[in-house]
Amino acid sequence: MTTLTDPPKETFRLSMLIYDTRYRSITIQVVAMIGFMLFAAWLISNTAENLATLGKPIDFGFFSEPAGYDINQMLIEYQNQDTHLRAAFVGLLNTLLVAVLGCVTATVIGVLVGVLRLSPNWLIARIMTVYVEMFRNVPVLLWIVLAMAILIESLPAPSAFRGDEPEATMKLFGSVALTNRGVYVPEPLFSRSLGNMHLFGESGLRFDVSLDLIAFLLVLGLSIFAARKISARANAIQEDTGVRPKTWHINLGVIVLPTLILLVLLGFHLGYPELKGFNFQGGTHLRNSLIALWLALSLYTAAFIAEIVRGGIMAISAGQTEAAGALGLRPRRIMSLVVLPQALRVIIPPLISNYLNLTKNSSLAIAVGYMDITGTLGGITMNQTGRELECVLLLMLVYLCISLTISAVMNWYNNRVKLVER
Amino acid sequence: MKKSVFLGALTVAGLAAGAAAAATVDDVKSRGKLNCGVSTGVPGFAAPDANGEWQGFDVAVCRAVAAAVLGDPTAVEFVPTTGKTRFTALASGEIDMLARNTTWTFSRDADLKFTFVGVNYYDGQGFMVPKELGVTSAKELDGATVCIQTGTTTELNLADYFRVNNISYEPVPIETNAEAQQQYLAGACDVYTTDASGLAATRATFEAPGDHVILPEIISKEPLGPLVRHGDDEWGDIVRWTLNALIAAEEYGVTSANLADLSSAPTDNPEINRLLGTEGNLGEMIGLDGDWALKAIGVAGNYGEIFEKNIGESTPIGLARGLNAQWTNGGLIYSPPFR
Repeated sequence: MTTLTDPPKETFRLSMLIYDTRYRSITIQVVAMIGFMLFAAWLISNTAENLATLGKPIDFGFFSEPAGYDINQMLIEYQNQDTHLRAAFVGLLNTLLVAVLGCVTATVIGVLVGVLRLSPNWLIARIMTVYVEMFRNVPVLLWIVLAMAILIESLPAPSAFRGDEPEATMKLFGSVALTNRGVYVPEPLFSRSLGNMHLFGESGLRFDVSLDLIAFLLVLGLSIFAARKISARANAIQEDTGVRPKTWHINLGVIVLPTLILLVLLGFHLGYPELKGFNFQGGTHLRNSLIALWLALSLYTAAFIAEIVRGGIMAISAGQTEAAGALGLRPRRIMSLVVLPQALRVIIPPLISNYLNLTKNSSLAIAVGYMDITGTLGGITMNQTGRELECVLLLMLVYLCISLTISAVMNWYNNRVKLVER
Repeated sequence: MKKSVFLGALTVAGLAAGAAAAATVDDVKSRGKLNCGVSTGVPGFAAPDANGEWQGFDVAVCRAVAAAVLGDPTAVEFVPTTGKTRFTALASGEIDMLARNTTWTFSRDADLKFTFVGVNYYDGQGFMVPKELGVTSAKELDGATVCIQTGTTTELNLADYFRVNNISYEPVPIETNAEAQQQYLAGACDVYTTDASGLAATRATFEAPGDHVILPEIISKEPLGPLVRHGDDEWGDIVRWTLNALIAAEEYGVTSANLADLSSAPTDNPEINRLLGTEGNLGEMIGLDGDWALKAIGVAGNYGEIFEKNIGESTPIGLARGLNAQWTNGGLIYSPPFR
């Protein structure tokens, strides 16, 4: 016979919050959380209050006032009577331009250097080592300033191109001018242009898109799609009969001809830069500030990417290379078909953070007077309006958005190439 | 219980910290040093000499204020600021006053919340070009590349001037005077524009100053002067009247040579007596010693002496007094009476 006793009834007492291990951790977390939130609230209210006492309550109204200053590099139309919002937008596009250019160049150089650093050729491998160690161990700001100084001091001023016997001449059959104010290259022009598409009406974010460019990309895209189809058909025939029909000449025609016809229809020609007055006119002006920033950021980040690529390649066991070699593949194909595709899985995650670094480092642009968003919104606008807190907060938000977008895109790509485990 | 007391104490401490940002003069006295914002280096106005000592026309104002408040003209921490960082530095309290050829404008006074205490140099924006370009007027600058210090009023004046005259230009934004000089001399820009005094100062440092001309057009009014934050009028008064003391001293003929004589006993000019503290109690009224102005003038003499020593016609900068002569000589420099 057994006596059943009820288990002792759990009664909750307040002291259990501290003495009962089941609740203690929760209590501590709640208290810490409340403390942190109180601190944050105090910080915010104190800031707001002090600003109000100073007579500068937080206010974003300055965005609709005329900016009053000029910006040299504009990807969209802008003049000094446009609003501060528009000026910030011009700066944002400049930031994105240098970030995209920088990321692409850094990747190309980085992969090349990373692979070459593993080369059996002693000299090449050592040269690459020197490059990597030099660039990643010196602050990027110094590289930017150095690049700018070299461009300014070593290239001739536009005035050197003047006169009957000029000291400097234009390069590449008189089409490219290298000056210490930047590089002037021919620009594409269309005599029967389709015009522009105006987006966002008259607002501060209004934006023109060239219909010529859209048409060009569309035709090129369709051609490449068609060429892919032809190749797929060739593959199918090869599977069936073992004989691969020749396709390269058809593919070439399919890709080149429609694009060529479109360009002729639009009246494509090049506008060459010409020395007029103080400066070269016409052509596309790649300013020194852009080139210096782009070059320095790319070379600096490429050094890091090279190390990541090298690490990724070394993570693939030597057996893979040997096996591929045993199958008779040549070294270049081993690299591109066997090693790199596997190495990508190791390479991409750290690569993302290098892209983010490059984008954030582009805010050093002001050192060479490149008008990125830090130079416009966080520089001149902040200075002329005296809205430090608003501008800096917005600036942080903008960089956060750019970085998160890059992360999202790269993570999507990473998910596509990562090893599918079954 | 203990925890709530602790939190309460923390809150009180936090609030006290928030409220302590008032009297600047007390901060300066307890620190024993004046934090004075100057430019990053404009010869004649503010630049370190060979021994690392800051010298110049704007620097003299900082030293005079330090002498008046602390009795020691060397008790100054000079904080170099760029056109971009200067206002943030002042608004955040990093510096107590700014003496960095800064233009007094409506919006800086009303919107940026600063108090300009006076004008120590009446200036205007000019253009400098190499002589070989053959340019004689700013209106001929269509299409030129212009170097300009970013975050300044000159940037806005430039945009206005070219827009009104319907000519185009390419701005090259630059952080400091030194960078502007480098780009200008290398020919990366055709024109350098800033206040005419700054142009003269910069040109004086060139190897061949004669190869560069300053164009006749002065496209703006640039009254330059020291400034402080809004909201601390006592501190504003001290800086204002220190500057006025230097100006008044020149007007009354008080110089570093006769300062000791004039201050040893009351003279028969009551203005001088009140200024030097041998009569009345003006010093007490602004919370300083009776001989505050005496100490301020004692650093480097009166306004005229400071001008001549740093930027006057005998220096490489070679600026004439012009608008900056005393009102008695047809200039604009004028101090309200010491009464």
